[in-house]
Amino acid sequence: MAKLVSMTGNQAVAECMRQINPDVVAAYPITPSTEIMQIFSEFVADGAVDTELVTVESEHSAMSACIGAAAAGGRVMTATSACGLALMWEMLPIASVMRLPIVMTVVNRALSAPINIHCDHSDSMGCRDSGWIQIYSENAQEVYHNVIQAIKISQREGVWLPIMVCVDGFIISHSIESIELLEDEKVKDFIGEFKPRLPLLDLDHPVTYGPLDLQDYYMEHKKQFDDALRNSKETVIEVAKEFKKEFGYDYGLIDKYKLDDAEVAIVVLNSAAGTGKHVVNKLREKGVKAGLLRIRLYRPFPYEEIRDALKNVKAVAVMDRAVSYGAQGPLFPEITAALYDSPSRPKLKNIIYGLGGRDISIEEIEDIFCSLDDVVRTGKVGNVYQWIGVREDNKR
Amino acid sequence: MASLKELSKKKDLLTSGHRLCSGCGVSIAVRQILLAAENPVVVSSATGCLEVATTIFPYTAWKPSFIHSAFENSAATISGVEAMYKSLQRQGKIPEGKKIDFIAFGGDGGTYDIGLQSLSGALERGHRFLYVCYNNEAYMNTGIQRSSATPYGANTTTRPVGKKSFGKSVDRKDLTQIAIAHKIPYAAQASPSHWNDLVTKVRKALNCGGASFMNVIANCNRGWRNDTGKAVEMCRLAVQTCYWPLYEVENGKLKINLKPKEKKPITEFIKDQGRFAHLKRPENQHVVEELQHMVDHDWEHLLALEKLEA
Repeated sequence: MAKLVSMTGNQAVAECMRQINPDVVAAYPITPSTEIMQIFSEFVADGAVDTELVTVESEHSAMSACIGAAAAGGRVMTATSACGLALMWEMLPIASVMRLPIVMTVVNRALSAPINIHCDHSDSMGCRDSGWIQIYSENAQEVYHNVIQAIKISQREGVWLPIMVCVDGFIISHSIESIELLEDEKVKDFIGEFKPRLPLLDLDHPVTYGPLDLQDYYMEHKKQFDDALRNSKETVIEVAKEFKKEFGYDYGLIDKYKLDDAEVAIVVLNSAAGTGKHVVNKLREKGVKAGLLRIRLYRPFPYEEIRDALKNVKAVAVMDRAVSYGAQGPLFPEITAALYDSPSRPKLKNIIYGLGGRDISIEEIEDIFCSLDDVVRTGKVGNVYQWIGVREDNKR
Repeated sequence: MASLKELSKKKDLLTSGHRLCSGCGVSIAVRQILLAAENPVVVSSATGCLEVATTIFPYTAWKPSFIHSAFENSAATISGVEAMYKSLQRQGKIPEGKKIDFIAFGGDGGTYDIGLQSLSGALERGHRFLYVCYNNEAYMNTGIQRSSATPYGANTTTRPVGKKSFGKSVDRKDLTQIAIAHKIPYAAQASPSHWNDLVTKVRKALNCGGASFMNVIANCNRGWRNDTGKAVEMCRLAVQTCYWPLYEVENGKLKINLKPKEKKPITEFIKDQGRFAHLKRPENQHVVEELQHMVDHDWEHLLALEKLEA
């Protein structure tokens, strides 16, 4: 029987890793993801898993060892945050274009400088173009489910791609929630046996990984890779369906909350969706046709699904917990691109919020909806790009 | 000890037709190392001459399984491969008796400099693998820039000889001693000019049960500016001048494998190398003297260390 337990997001991920029982885990500690590996190390120490745990000297080596291990032929996992993910950056496209099914939990945290240990999405957004599938999770229950699904997606024939499952640092990683844990055996059955593809350790069929690729082949290989990443969207849908059939939880590429008749809506990633849904409920009680769209799959980006989800909305605020400095939030241009061909083409705003763990309040989200209401009434967007929650008067 | 007859019967694991320069010392060293392995091997390599010239897609010169991921992480990459082997063997997915040797290669740039951290980590963790630094004493692949393995007085493109420069103005790093400081069961310096010594060391390294390290001098005729075809001769002179002592540390015990009856002066090593051509000028005589002093000092130090541990 599945059981209901109280645990933090990090505990849920560690528990999930115990159930998955990966062959190799290589990791280097970094707040706020450290706890995942601490708990998992106890499972290793107690023999609860068969995992070979490689306690490397840096995140760069963590990803390098994951690449070696995955190429050797087995299930490989890791977790990191912020600067650790940034230090892995060089290795991320190597893992993806080598088509290695590594599953990494990214506990989202702000990048330095100034150093800050709290949540924003500058880390995972900073490596969005590294060819990894990126899945974002609203809460601890979902990150637990997403990691299980990620294992299955990553190794499906035709996919063979690494996946990062993102979850908000501290807000989710360190907060205790009520979580339904699935049965060990059922998780094991769901993910199935790992069948390696082109393993280094198959001595009868030697392979060369990571050759030099010059002008004559490089683009062909990159095109094949881009096709594979795009096509993985279908597998994310398939696995979600299989997950629903097995466990009853329903996941899609996006999470549409009261959008069908919404006139105003916000678009968010990760935990802000929880607060956002609360605000939508409040506004609905007042008769405001508010809605929310949460993006679960960020890479490959589900343009069609988003266009369809927002087609009847008149004004949308895209909320970014990261900035592409000198441009806009990273989510905003994607949503704009998705809606460009939409016949209704809603008015759009870009709201930068919550950097470095700054709280996003119910009132602030209400204000955003109010401003969207103004946009609908007047037909004017005003400042498209806005930061909220920043003290304008910065006197000490 | 391996016999030539025995080695000559084994198949080369690095095929001919690769695109390393003619007369490259690296391919000679790598062939000797791979011939020495008694078990099947899986190889990882850092970015560098060896990797780029042997794996130009759609070709590969590697008979064994091979992985290259980046410049600074050959040791970390093979750590992962070895960890997977250990995990799968423990789970019974790889038969218990099936032994595989793991060898990581890196040039001096990828080992002495950018890759030092990942090497240190892997040695400390004690993965069962051999790390081989093929040491041609500069970043040869990118055009002969200085590395921390480049000797004092050598002319390189980022420390060129000029009106106010005689080339590299500081001594090279002693990476072998750094590796030894990790207290690994086996570490050594070797040279392809002394094949029997090298092959014996590879076997010891692969059978030591843990992490091992070998620093192998490997002439680069492009960077050293010597005649093509003199790779082995150059490496032999490095040994005979005690510029490149052959020694090993087995379970903490240091042994010098070759003590030249007559230690040749460093001028013998540098005289046919274009990278030292400027040292023949009278105003640079002090550089030669200083280089000789450095070599003598290190050799005496090594003799003393051997005595200390005897």
